Amino acid sequence: MITWFVPRDSAARSVGADAVAAALREQGDTVIRTGSRGMLWLEPLVERMDEATGKRIGWGNVSAQHVLTSALEESSPDFLGVVEEIDYLARQDRWLFARVGVIDPTDPQDYQAHGGIGGLRASLAMSPDDVVEHVVGSGLRGRGGAGFPAGIKWRTVAQAPARPHQGDHVSAPSHKYVCVNADEGDSGTFADRMLMEGDPFCLLEGMTIAAHAVGADKGIIYIRSEYPDAIDTMQRAIDIAREEGWLGERILDSMLTFDVEVRVGAGSYVCGEETAMLESIEGKRGMVRAKPPIPALEGLFGAPTVVNNVLTMASVPSIMARGAQEYAGLGIGRSQGTQVFQLAGNIARGGIVEKAFGITARDLVHEFGGGTRTGRPVKAVQIGGPLGAYLPADRLDVAMGYESLGEAGGMLGHGGLVVFDDTVDMAEQAHFAMEFCAEESCGKCTPCRIGSVRGAEVIDLMRRGVDADSNEELLRDLCEVMTDGSLCAMGGLTPMPVLSALDNFPDDFRASGQLPPQEARS
Amino acid sequence: MTTVADFEPWSADVARDLVAGIAQGPGPGLLCLQAIQDRFGYVPADAVGLVAEACNVSRADVHGVFTFYSDLRSTPPPAIPVRLCAAEACQAVGGRELQRDWRRACQAAPDLADATGVDEPIFCLGNCALGPAAMVGRTLIGRASVESITLAVRAHTQGSGS
Repeated sequence: MITWFVPRDSAARSVGADAVAAALREQGDTVIRTGSRGMLWLEPLVERMDEATGKRIGWGNVSAQHVLTSALEESSPDFLGVVEEIDYLARQDRWLFARVGVIDPTDPQDYQAHGGIGGLRASLAMSPDDVVEHVVGSGLRGRGGAGFPAGIKWRTVAQAPARPHQGDHVSAPSHKYVCVNADEGDSGTFADRMLMEGDPFCLLEGMTIAAHAVGADKGIIYIRSEYPDAIDTMQRAIDIAREEGWLGERILDSMLTFDVEVRVGAGSYVCGEETAMLESIEGKRGMVRAKPPIPALEGLFGAPTVVNNVLTMASVPSIMARGAQEYAGLGIGRSQGTQVFQLAGNIARGGIVEKAFGITARDLVHEFGGGTRTGRPVKAVQIGGPLGAYLPADRLDVAMGYESLGEAGGMLGHGGLVVFDDTVDMAEQAHFAMEFCAEESCGKCTPCRIGSVRGAEVIDLMRRGVDADSNEELLRDLCEVMTDGSLCAMGGLTPMPVLSALDNFPDDFRASGQLPPQEARS
Repeated sequence: MTTVADFEPWSADVARDLVAGIAQGPGPGLLCLQAIQDRFGYVPADAVGLVAEACNVSRADVHGVFTFYSDLRSTPPPAIPVRLCAAEACQAVGGRELQRDWRRACQAAPDLADATGVDEPIFCLGNCALGPAAMVGRTLIGRASVESITLAVRAHTQGSGS
């Protein structure tokens, strides 16, 4: 009897992994469902242990038909050889994605056999202050996009006294919170989802280390509703972690008491902004809060709160287990460690590339990604989500890092790269950026709420050739007001894709004599 | 929640019991509305007052929360909701064209339109390397086409035994 490894990641399932697993079980084999290796163009990617070498060998783009026709042979054209030796994987620096695609995500033994809980054990053996200083020393910064040093944030929360919920009596129980932002709404990003589906204990371990470091008693993971598989997997992992003594009272026989619950979003992009997320967890409209006070001092229900993105928090266990200095030694300048880049859109080899900061966008798009899926030339790459800049094909030599991308007029965001071929109309993309902002604005700031609607109208006029020059001036003026006059990144950064499209592809904004297609966005 | 088959018919008494427990915890407004929608498939107008009462806040407060979140709906959902991703990564691989073609397919087949509802675009399903992406009920589809979406809808209709 053969044991097969078949991903249960929702991307793999979206192209037929469940049918493959069913077919293999049908013929009497054992199937272990894992996360995805992140080579998504090869999904469903099916593996088995090669007895001779003790390494896992794989087949790509497997269908149930392959199984039925016994096509999973080493002579098959879909045979990939030893999976870990595939160039795409072998060239990566896998820290936080080390176990994703390898282990059964909700098997605690498998997790520990691959180094899981090592970071938590190491942390519990240290004083909370020492843990904070390790995280500071690792150079880890916010992977959600803001890039704030995680250790400094933790230190602020650690030094703030726990307090009762806002409005409660002073004698009510005091709290500190650890909140994980899993509202991964940026198009072109899916690393949070893959981590939660492929290695959920890693996220819980990171949160528990944070709780020990800052003295928090409660944790919340805010997951967007568009990720039903991730929600299910996290829920299941929380139940198992409680049974294992990794959550709850006296965790691993220490004095630490900490528990985690999942909150589900409700279809609002702006709730990925940390203060809007806190409002949403408090059961309210997801309206952005003015800062100060910062959430580290007055966060959820007014209590001191660590808010970190999934990737930030899940980086912590490997940093504590493998060493902050080793992590800090990776990368460039103040962008230390690894980033989980996500290759998306019109790309031949889309997926996850975890790599030390400093790799160029060109390497990611062409060396790893293999250029466009359609085979046409790359025209633009949007880096960092819907609020990130469109970089033209000839400016991809920029090193991927917080500062280097900023200097190039872009931003790292959540590390997603969306590739477009030469058929894209950049004025239409700019129009979409404004339209998306109008749709998803929380409405608190006028430049964001109204400016985005006006912005879409002005771009429309430019595309129709109505007063092109004066409307361009108006658009630039409007973008300045949005940038300077909005509380959060929604209104503040929507001008980035718009202006980068306008500056790099001005011809697309000139009327071609045709009206913009109405149907595409009615 | 998958398809309409998973939902109970609206009952104010059931809803009142459902929210009573949640309303005791901190910040219950959105949780109550989500619990109601998970159980009944939508949030009827009556539910807003009921949640307001349970949470001891004004109807306006609850209405404000309800209208903020695009997931929350005031009418029963279609039998098998179909959502097509309208965000950039899917636009780069023909998402706009798929949306147009799917609308045409629904116009040509009224039963398909009835079963799947007015397509409300969704911004990102997290399947950005295998776009265009679609969600049929709770089934995520990669490299979606009108054919594969239709097939998934038909599988759901047959699966529910109707």
